[in-house]
Amino acid sequence: MRGRTRAMAAAAFTSIALVATACGGGGTPSTSNSTGGQAGAEITIRGCTPTAPLIPGNTTEVCGGNVIDAMAAKLVHYDPKTAAPTNDIAESIESNDNQNFTVKLKPGYKFHDGTQVKAKNFVDAWNWVAYAPNGQANSYFFAPIAGYGDVQCPDEECKQKPKAEKMSGLKVVDDTTFTIKTTEPVSNLPLRLGYTAFAPLPDSFFADPKAFEDKPIGAGPFQLQSKTTTEIVLTKFADYAGEFKPNVDKVTFRIYTDDAAAYADLVSGQLDFTDHIPTDQLVGEAYKNDLPDRNSITEGGRFTYLTFSPNDPQLKNNVALRKALSRAIDRDLIAKQIFNGTVIPATGWVSPSVDGYKPDTCGESCKFDAAAAKQAFEAAGGYDGTLTMTYNADTAGNKEYSEAVCNSIKNAVGVNCVASPVVDFATYNKKLDDNSLKGLLRTGWQMDYPSIENFLTPIYAKGADSNYSHYDNPEFTKLINQAAAAKTTDAANVLYQQAEALLARDMPTAPLWYPSTVSGWSEKVTDVTVTAFGTLDLIGIKTK
Amino acid sequence: MGKYVLRRLLQMVPVLIGTTFLIYVMVFALGDPTAGRCGERPCPANYVAKFKADYNLDEPLLVQYALYMGDVLRGDLGTNFFGNSVSEELIARWPTTAKLASIALVFEVVIGVSAGVLAGIRRGRFMDHLVTVSTLFVISIPVFVIGSVLQLVFGVRLGIFPVTATQGTWSQLILPGFVLGSISIAYVSRLTRTSLVENLRADYVRTAKAKGLKPSRAVGVHTLRNSLIPVVTFIGADFGGLLGGAIVTERIFNVNGVGGFLYRSIQQKDGVSVVGTVVCLVVVYLVVNLIVDLFYGVLDPRITHD
Repeated sequence: MRGRTRAMAAAAFTSIALVATACGGGGTPSTSNSTGGQAGAEITIRGCTPTAPLIPGNTTEVCGGNVIDAMAAKLVHYDPKTAAPTNDIAESIESNDNQNFTVKLKPGYKFHDGTQVKAKNFVDAWNWVAYAPNGQANSYFFAPIAGYGDVQCPDEECKQKPKAEKMSGLKVVDDTTFTIKTTEPVSNLPLRLGYTAFAPLPDSFFADPKAFEDKPIGAGPFQLQSKTTTEIVLTKFADYAGEFKPNVDKVTFRIYTDDAAAYADLVSGQLDFTDHIPTDQLVGEAYKNDLPDRNSITEGGRFTYLTFSPNDPQLKNNVALRKALSRAIDRDLIAKQIFNGTVIPATGWVSPSVDGYKPDTCGESCKFDAAAAKQAFEAAGGYDGTLTMTYNADTAGNKEYSEAVCNSIKNAVGVNCVASPVVDFATYNKKLDDNSLKGLLRTGWQMDYPSIENFLTPIYAKGADSNYSHYDNPEFTKLINQAAAAKTTDAANVLYQQAEALLARDMPTAPLWYPSTVSGWSEKVTDVTVTAFGTLDLIGIKTK
Repeated sequence: MGKYVLRRLLQMVPVLIGTTFLIYVMVFALGDPTAGRCGERPCPANYVAKFKADYNLDEPLLVQYALYMGDVLRGDLGTNFFGNSVSEELIARWPTTAKLASIALVFEVVIGVSAGVLAGIRRGRFMDHLVTVSTLFVISIPVFVIGSVLQLVFGVRLGIFPVTATQGTWSQLILPGFVLGSISIAYVSRLTRTSLVENLRADYVRTAKAKGLKPSRAVGVHTLRNSLIPVVTFIGADFGGLLGGAIVTERIFNVNGVGGFLYRSIQQKDGVSVVGTVVCLVVVYLVVNLIVDLFYGVLDPRITHD
């Protein structure tokens, strides 16, 4: 019997070993290549798992975006507080007609692999990202550049190769100069160039993009030290030539799946910064007791709005009705009760954190007045049947505020309003695309670059990707085209503001609020700034 | 016994094919994985086209499944939608999950069986009632409450244990392991108690006592061993569950394990990761169950596998 016991134990262990091999157990992560031995200030901040390889042209979300942003130097750097652009790698970006731009680079910038940043690193990178068969999520950023159409596939499935491999609008003049030609005038092009998609890529990237994915290289103030499933470690890049030098030597993005776990670590001093305070701590602002003077609420270039379905005949042709419904939403109350003060009620269609923002463009349509709303609602002929407000149910909080918006409308004007969920954002997006929904639609926007233009053109220009309201106003189109061709930013902004005023007249969508980022930090760090993009400014943060 | 093991291993093949197919169909029926990947806007057409081509999403479902299983049989669990190798993702996580499950298992066996034996031999007395009431208490509280409270008290407030277990070292995993095992501790002690009480009434125990054996030997060797069969069955099934089902505990303590990975992958519609992880979990579950069955023979010589 003893003997058999051992045989059985042996069988058991062999089985375990087999499973272990099948599922790859027993190894160690191969991506870690820590060098160690860094002295000086170190901070640990909340991170999350990037959902795409860390390539500037393919990263659309914050988890990877925050890491890439710290590693990549761009032509233009946005001020952490005001989002105003200042030149970083660019010595100058000049144009006489807003259509032909000459970019001169400062010499001396180096990639983390030691190679020089040259004009061709920009031109090659942009061509690579824009080239359709490479399938980069940020390729649309290059749409204004001449020849963008030629690097797109002739068919949807991209079975046929595009006409050209390179955009004709980009030309290298010498090592430190290149030119950009756009198809239409784009007055705010220099401002756009600070977005990560416009970052230069080193020569080694084009030789082996796969190797780059494992160890991304930029020309920015931080370089990648190691990347595992639990943390991403960045260290200060000694050869960074720009003026935006960080005060800390090492930043660890510790990956959390749960906001509450990150918060618990923060409170007990194990984590230095989080931009996700869990909901239970937001209630009654409980987090302010745990983190006195160590928290901030920053409006971060995001915008939540209601789209009136263009597929709903009652709403489509009745501006007065749309205005009445907008007026029936008590934004202040919802901001306070549903969001615990973490959103700022909107008074216009443009985020206050961008260049060109003008307050109160929405006027009385965005000011809650139940009596006036009811009167206007009846004068506009009312709404027959049940009004629905559709939202995607996979984002926490959507249900609560959609119901609150509905209740507010119901109580104010007396129409029956029901919040109707769609299972997830993917399905919802599809339904928005086929225009199959009726009633009110939850929609949101996150800016790509801090300009008033980014809140107007992509959402209300005729045929734009995110124009879910199918807004089509020739006057609006004319104004944004004029603005794009304007000589100065100020002149452009005035025209964009006039375009925004048309939205107040036509009410294709109703502004709701600007979501903000609620952050907290440890006693160890000071000079914490949350940028206009809702991210931590890694350059300014210091340790005590 | 060799034959028995072989037969069981062969039985695993259809089970594995069936489960993976079901999971594959369910996961990829969830909808277009590219639609929500570009924030609050639709993705560019070229991005969608490349994504679909890279992951064979443009083929019919059966062809997709065949292509996928072909890769799995060659030992490649594929590349997930984030561009990482699923095998590598799992390699990085299995050790942590195995550690966590082992700690939970140790708590389960040591505390659970001891409490069960104490309650069983002192049936109807204070100890018995104490075990019954305290286990009832534990069973009736959801695990996330236990986890959050213990984290707050022992981690954040008292500082005795690390608050989270991001790196997954043994010392970090003690508290999460206890939380994970807590509900099972209760079940194990109740099972042990019931089974022991029943066997203590058996003739052979009376005989053992009558021939003058010390009570400790009569209980410890003769009764307990026979009483452990239902307990081992439970622990075996539970261990398989612990490996894949530690989702809540892993979230609370930020343990970077397989459960959390599976949860995140489901949320983000990362079908390749979900199927790969489930394939592994199914294998683990089947093997653990085989081991449990083999263990019966050790506990009770009357059970043979010949």
